[in-house]
Amino acid sequence: MADASSQDRAAASSTAPTRRALYEAGVRRRANRIALISTLSVIVAIFVLVPLAPGWEAVQKSFFNGRVFAATFPGLLDAFVLNVMIFAWSAPLIALTGLAIALCRDARAPALFPLRLFGIAYTDIFRGLPVVLVIYIIGFGVPGLGLPRPWNSPYIWGTLALVLVYSAYVAEVIRSGIDSIHQSQRSAAASLGLSDRDTMRYVVLPQAIRNVVPANMNLFIALQKDVALLSFIGPVEVFRQAGVYKSLYANFTPYVGAALIFLALTIPATRYADYLMNKQNKARR
Amino acid sequence: MKLLASTALALAVSGTTALAAGHAACAAGKTLTDGTLTIATGNPAYYPWVMNDAPESGEGFEAAVAYAIADKMGFDADAVTWVRTSFDEAIQPGAKNFDFNIQQYSITPERDEMVDFSMPYYTSAMAVLTTQAVMDAGANATLDSLKSLQWGVVGSHTSYSMLTGVIQPESDPLLYNDNADVNAAIMAGQIDAALYDLPTALYLSAVVVEGGALLGQFPAEQSESPDHFGLLMEEGNPLKECVDAAITDLTESGELAAIEATWLAEATGVPVIK
Repeated sequence: MADASSQDRAAASSTAPTRRALYEAGVRRRANRIALISTLSVIVAIFVLVPLAPGWEAVQKSFFNGRVFAATFPGLLDAFVLNVMIFAWSAPLIALTGLAIALCRDARAPALFPLRLFGIAYTDIFRGLPVVLVIYIIGFGVPGLGLPRPWNSPYIWGTLALVLVYSAYVAEVIRSGIDSIHQSQRSAAASLGLSDRDTMRYVVLPQAIRNVVPANMNLFIALQKDVALLSFIGPVEVFRQAGVYKSLYANFTPYVGAALIFLALTIPATRYADYLMNKQNKARR
Repeated sequence: MKLLASTALALAVSGTTALAAGHAACAAGKTLTDGTLTIATGNPAYYPWVMNDAPESGEGFEAAVAYAIADKMGFDADAVTWVRTSFDEAIQPGAKNFDFNIQQYSITPERDEMVDFSMPYYTSAMAVLTTQAVMDAGANATLDSLKSLQWGVVGSHTSYSMLTGVIQPESDPLLYNDNADVNAAIMAGQIDAALYDLPTALYLSAVVVEGGALLGQFPAEQSESPDHFGLLMEEGNPLKECVDAAITDLTESGELAAIEATWLAEATGVPVIK
């Protein structure tokens, strides 16, 4: 609908702009001008005023030190490979577990009530705990039971901790997607003779999951950052490597380097999530 | 034992008050608060560097050294206040909330560019902390044997450089936030061995780590880059010369050695790594 009306307007304005169209274009130009001036003045203020602060030189030396940056950045990039690997094997596990938990919460048969209860308890507990705490408890606690190597590896149990916490969030997002599918869809499916199972699989889930893709994208961007928390139980990923350099050089620049690496990945991902979200909003309008 | 130690310390300190007058003028007007010396240590401060996490008592090697230095600089024990900082707080830019910071800071040229270090007050051997189980499994005090172990160290310690530089383990070492996490990893069997300064390793193996054992040590005099501990100060702190003078005095008069003998256990029984 929106497309059709804008096409109409475009067609009208291409022949001869009305007075109203001219006026509106003028307003838009003025708004753009003001936005540009205000943005530029903020940028200029930051770049001129901050270096005037009395401690700027000291801050620059410990946070934006070119020499330290050059010495540590390659090492940080190497360490970041581990982040990507942990992310790569955690993400599918999280997606599957989250889906399973969401289905548990949606179990409607009375006999399956315990499953539903489990789903509720799971999401309540793991959404209520700080990620770091779960990583510590599982990452040190479970191996402490006396498992032999390699089964006590911090990679295994740290990944489990991430999966537990993040699948709880993903489950809630998927559940909201399932709830957003109107009851009439299930009724229609039932009238076609689909079983409950097939209704979920072929009617509800495909729509539900499509609806929550942008929300889940945001969760995976957050996961990408939280992978760094695994460093608490041993793995030397980019955040820990930056910490090592920080101690070595008594300088915080390596953290800035790590931040840049994270941003290089998360900003495009966030933009993409926003794009998906906008596209979806437009389609719904 | 503790009483005896404190008495020895008191004797050592009182014997030097005559000398202190000479340095007293040095520190005047250079401290954070006039007439007070503000000393920072870790949070928590670990045995045997500070006993019972209470530096005010003057018990423990670093607490005793701090009070001895303060005395040399003309500050009575009453004129010393303690604050606690993490490593990061100590190196952050901007005004510091301490005159000097004493928590086993290893002096390295890289760090020295950002902050100031005093002269070393202690030179530590590095020691390998492991468990009896690992030693029973055949680990011994040779470099070849050490290479094959799974290592873990505290990420902010200089022992990491020693580990990757000297031992060069075959599998990547795991890094942790603090001693407690390294110990947890040893007890969980996730790592075989950890590298600490000798006094800390002695304490951990005897008291903290269940079934803990010392596999061996790299004596300070044999290391290519021995681990010197220095007081950390803000870059360009004018107090540095006074602190250095005090430490020189303490070293030359043998008081520093006496404090070391009082608080840091003998480690002659620990085998030397070849």
